Amino acid sequence: MTSLSAPLNVEFDYTRSLGPVLGRFITGLRDRRIEGIRGDDGRVHVPPVEYDPVTARKLTEWVEVAAAGTVRTWTWVSEPDEGQPLTRPFAWALIQLDGADTSMLHAVDVPSPDDIRTGMRVRVRWAADPVGSMHDIACFEPGEAVEAQAGQGEAVTMVTTPVRLAYTHSASAEETRYLDGLREGRLLGQRCPVCRKVYIPPRGACPTDGVPTVDEVELPDHGTVTTFCIVNVPFLGQRIAPPYVAAYVLLDGADIAFQHLILGCDASSVRMGMRVEAVWRPREEWQQSLANIDHFEPSGEPDAPFETYSQHL
Amino acid sequence: MRDVAVVGFAQAPAVRETHGTTNGVEMLVPVFHEVLGALGLTKSDIGFWCSGSSDYVAGRAFSFIAAVDAIGAFPPINESHVEADAAWACYEAWVKIQTGEVDVALVYGFGKSSAGKLRRVMTMQLDPYTVAPLWPDSLSVAGLQARAGLDRGAWTEQQMAEVAARSRADAKSNPRAQVKGDVSVEDLLARPYLADPLRRHDCAPITDGAAALVLAAGDRARELAERPAWITGIAHRVDSANLGGRDLTASPSTAGAAKAAGLDHKVDVAELHAPFTHQELVLRGALGLNGSRINPSGGALCGNPMFSAGLIRIGEAARQISSGQADRALAHATSGPALQHNLVCLMEGRD
Repeated sequence: MTSLSAPLNVEFDYTRSLGPVLGRFITGLRDRRIEGIRGDDGRVHVPPVEYDPVTARKLTEWVEVAAAGTVRTWTWVSEPDEGQPLTRPFAWALIQLDGADTSMLHAVDVPSPDDIRTGMRVRVRWAADPVGSMHDIACFEPGEAVEAQAGQGEAVTMVTTPVRLAYTHSASAEETRYLDGLREGRLLGQRCPVCRKVYIPPRGACPTDGVPTVDEVELPDHGTVTTFCIVNVPFLGQRIAPPYVAAYVLLDGADIAFQHLILGCDASSVRMGMRVEAVWRPREEWQQSLANIDHFEPSGEPDAPFETYSQHL
Repeated sequence: MRDVAVVGFAQAPAVRETHGTTNGVEMLVPVFHEVLGALGLTKSDIGFWCSGSSDYVAGRAFSFIAAVDAIGAFPPINESHVEADAAWACYEAWVKIQTGEVDVALVYGFGKSSAGKLRRVMTMQLDPYTVAPLWPDSLSVAGLQARAGLDRGAWTEQQMAEVAARSRADAKSNPRAQVKGDVSVEDLLARPYLADPLRRHDCAPITDGAAALVLAAGDRARELAERPAWITGIAHRVDSANLGGRDLTASPSTAGAAKAAGLDHKVDVAELHAPFTHQELVLRGALGLNGSRINPSGGALCGNPMFSAGLIRIGEAARQISSGQADRALAHATSGPALQHNLVCLMEGRD
């Protein structure tokens, strides 16, 4: 059996406050000026560091450095990736700017690896539309510094770095059986061979015994509310108008509850022990997803006695 | 100080891609079974569990919590986690045993590197203000380091290829290795660059994997193992996060960790966590390993499961002692870009 897998694209815009040192440095880039900071040993750090790397003393002496310098080491990128400074093949380099004693990492725009070498002179190519980020240096290019039109404006205090990472998320063999079952309208759990507990979804390892669950158990689509909460707070992406109930439902024959919605009754009437049954979406919409069950609603049976679910809270 | 030894070790096969989830459970269950079974232990004998893994590698939050399923954590266990290679979890477990609270600890690491684009995921460990926004990847950072040494005459492409060829030949006797075989240095050097000046053989493969190691104190170690690998020193040190602010061709943090761990004699064998060929050359220089056998397992160049490859170095070095092939061994683990953070663990056999 082939396990299910699907693309999982994770995105987040990290928004960071820069603080006084990096804030001044990035503000400088926005204004087409590069400033470093002098360490206790007299070395000028570019990019600046907040504390001396040896003495750990807070550093405050700023030094403007040139927008040109020397390649100290480099490597070649034949297939540029998303977010990098250039979309055609380029070199990464550590560049020691004139007046600096450390090197900064940036891209160098040269046509081939034959066009760059350690010791080569390069200059900043400023971004046409600076925003206050490392990308305000578009890249470096061969040559000596030229006079830049300096800008001026509000100090840059924040930087936003969008992060996008692409994964292939794989379901386990047990989860695959469960998800394939859902597409057929079946609720498939598995029993731990050691403690005999029935898990739905089944697990790659029983959390009590650390062994894979194996024996398949088909469960009914009705059960008992073990605990619940009434959602009153609106949030981005909410699909149901509050108030509504999110509950743990313990299917009959299962030893672990899962979370689902309780609709079809007043939120205020939902209670522990309430008996509920699944309301399935139309068959033609079924996928490998628990969303095939739209929600649970009261079945009208008498409430389950507390002892029937007290071990599953 | 309490005497603490490595008494057991197991690892999943190092492979390019597994079909399991990113929480590591499928890889860890058999590894736990193997390491505990060989010692005749059950989970209730373990006083402390400590893992190393990364949510960025897993692409999900709290992946290490999901991994605890593999232990069977009921009744509740004493557990901790580091978001770093599990060699640092080993360090934490060693400290835990030193406190006297526990006598036996199990350390594990896991990572499904194949789930994402590893070289891009690794960008997330770089300075988030001035470096990561440009998205240099892990091969590029290593390439900058390799060229720095080449241009300075600290090493040659020939020496780098020799490291790859020796590692692959040694890995032939490692059933868990991912890359192995006989290759000639000339053939390797005739191949194209992957990230000039790095060729494919200079870079560790992308590996899914997991490993577990058991530490025990004093008499408990002597009960559990015929020849425990006694830890005589373990320490870690870190260099500046500023790539352009340090000499990439040297590793003062490795030398500092080795000194703090008490490296004062020749060791018979060293397992070095060098995911790039030139990094082994940097480490050998920092540790002064003249005459020691390096990476009989093939090292990380022949299988580099993220977040357990460093722990595996400790396990492999300990195995050299427990099997009687070495009396003194050094294990090294690294974390961060271009050998930024380094751990050294010294072990010895006592007859």
